[in-house]
Amino acid sequence: MPENFARFRRSHEFWLLSVILILVVGLSVMTEGFLTLQNLFDLLTSYAFLGILASGLLVVLISGGIDISFTATASIAQYITMLLANKYGLNWFIVFAMASVVGIALGAINAVLIDRLNISSIIVSIATLNIFYGLLVFITGGKYIYSLPPWFSHGIYWFEYVDADEISYGINLQILALAVMFTLTWLILNRTNIGRQIYALGGNREAAQRLGFNVFRLNILVYCYMGLTAGVASLIQAQLAQSVAPTVLVGKELDVLAAVVLGGASLAGGVGTVFGTILGLTLLAVMQNGLILLGVSSYYSQFFVGLVILLSVSATALSARRKRKGVMTE
Amino acid sequence: MSNAPHPPRGPDAALMSLIGSLTGDVTNRRLAILLVALVAVFGLIIGEGFFTKATVQSMAFQLPELGILSLAMMITLISGGLNLSIISTANLCALAMAYIMTKMLPGTEGFAFVGWQIVAIAVGLLIASIIGLVNGFIIAYLGVSPILTTLGTMTMVKGIGIGMTRGNVISGLPDSIVFLGNGTVLGIPTAMLVFAVVTIPMAIALGRTPFGAATYMIGSNEKATQFSGIDTKRVILRIYVISSLLAAVAGLVMMARFNSANASYAESYLLVTILAAVLGGVDPMGGFGKIAGVILSLVILQVISSAFNLLNFSQFLTLAIWGAILVGVTAVPNIRKRLGLID
Repeated sequence: MPENFARFRRSHEFWLLSVILILVVGLSVMTEGFLTLQNLFDLLTSYAFLGILASGLLVVLISGGIDISFTATASIAQYITMLLANKYGLNWFIVFAMASVVGIALGAINAVLIDRLNISSIIVSIATLNIFYGLLVFITGGKYIYSLPPWFSHGIYWFEYVDADEISYGINLQILALAVMFTLTWLILNRTNIGRQIYALGGNREAAQRLGFNVFRLNILVYCYMGLTAGVASLIQAQLAQSVAPTVLVGKELDVLAAVVLGGASLAGGVGTVFGTILGLTLLAVMQNGLILLGVSSYYSQFFVGLVILLSVSATALSARRKRKGVMTE
Repeated sequence: MSNAPHPPRGPDAALMSLIGSLTGDVTNRRLAILLVALVAVFGLIIGEGFFTKATVQSMAFQLPELGILSLAMMITLISGGLNLSIISTANLCALAMAYIMTKMLPGTEGFAFVGWQIVAIAVGLLIASIIGLVNGFIIAYLGVSPILTTLGTMTMVKGIGIGMTRGNVISGLPDSIVFLGNGTVLGIPTAMLVFAVVTIPMAIALGRTPFGAATYMIGSNEKATQFSGIDTKRVILRIYVISSLLAAVAGLVMMARFNSANASYAESYLLVTILAAVLGGVDPMGGFGKIAGVILSLVILQVISSAFNLLNFSQFLTLAIWGAILVGVTAVPNIRKRLGLID
């Protein structure tokens, strides 16, 4: 146990956790609104969209690739699903299945282009982002869908509990989906053979290939999983916003990337954990929420987010360098 | 040698290809054929309207913004990096320049009038240099990956712009600046001349100087370059400063064209600059890419955009076609390899 703790103390997650704890303690003392059940539930609900996408992007980054196109994928999945749900009055199971299938199909296009045509993933996903998004807005004319089916607008609310101030809490659709997708991603990465193969592929592609891994199948899996998360995320976003807008999601892809890399995933592949991603996302969420509660003008919130990203990546790089030097002198 | 699959991309080749050795480079030849084909097809569909002076001139008005930004992206891509902060840098510099020009300018002529404009532009370039130094320092000396570093500075720089202006627009620039974006000299848009003024020294720097050679070498193999006695950290620092300065010039041109500045103009251009550079033959992994190719790719993108505009197609269809062309052009060599045809 002490040995495990010593290893944990040197990890990226430990640094993140410490920063988050300091922020949380500071904010709890300095503001009244931060450490309330309501605020925490609101935070979880509003960051679920980014979180679900982050879990998908984490898998892609671990495999050594990158995907930028998922916001366009999410926009398409959302639009098609809600259009059909309005027309045919579907149910929860079918809408999620449909959005997932759309996401998986678009993810498969990415995987095929990347693997079969041997084009680097960043180029493919920049191209498909433009293609998916351009076609979606061209075909739909950029029209919003304002009326969603009533059962969808109403959402779900489990374990509802009303406190003394008559504010009700419960597990809503966003929190449920976030928990399910993080758990699923953790299971795939840590408890399956495929997860180990994805780490191996990202760590050393050549070696993975020589060991006889089916790289094409792994790529299909990874990019389709990203598509699946985009499909799920798109629906809970539509439920939260109570509308579908084809133009609002594209542009958020770098926010998701920031959360995942803050969480310690490497763009070179082979590195990254679900726990780290959760911490990266938490740091961004707590900081943005804290700035608002502290009364800092929301116009400056981006500045602080950028500053924290820069400080965090610089500190990580410095500590990694010190570790390397330490190893050399030992 | 002209038919070799990967002709040597040394210093000499860059200037040669800039002057127009369209047959000397496989990528450029492919792009030139694509351009001719596109012009022919659009010419047939649209007719004479496509070849009028007004159409050509409007293309020349629109190209420089994306063009200068693409050069800013390109130089970092060649070195194996990436600069996501170019748009926010362009906007922050434009805001600073616009602020000085709208608040400080005395009258509409005279020595002080010209002087303050020069001061404004100098301040813009100074801000750009600082951002470039921050990027370059963190990337070169702390060893943080360029995508992370510039993602951070992008957010931070944009945050400064939004914070200072509360998201508002600064407008009402002096005529001399508006002329820079909307005027013509001998029928050539002034912005195009600015584009030429930054492109030529950059082509020379990349193609004819030790700095340029080092940039390509770092992109191919940074470790090896370091061991060959080149101070790679200094070179990387300079690359990001140059990228930032180019972004500031782009900011000036944008501000001149719109007669205003704002913290979130032209954000959709960010990924398009990567698209333009890669379409022009820049290897996103670093080491390869020439200015001539990027210029060809910019012209192709502009021709598609202008033609679709004349045909009354949605600008979003233009985006989709740009993406398709990127996949198409990058896929061609791989498909040929797969089919067993040697390129």
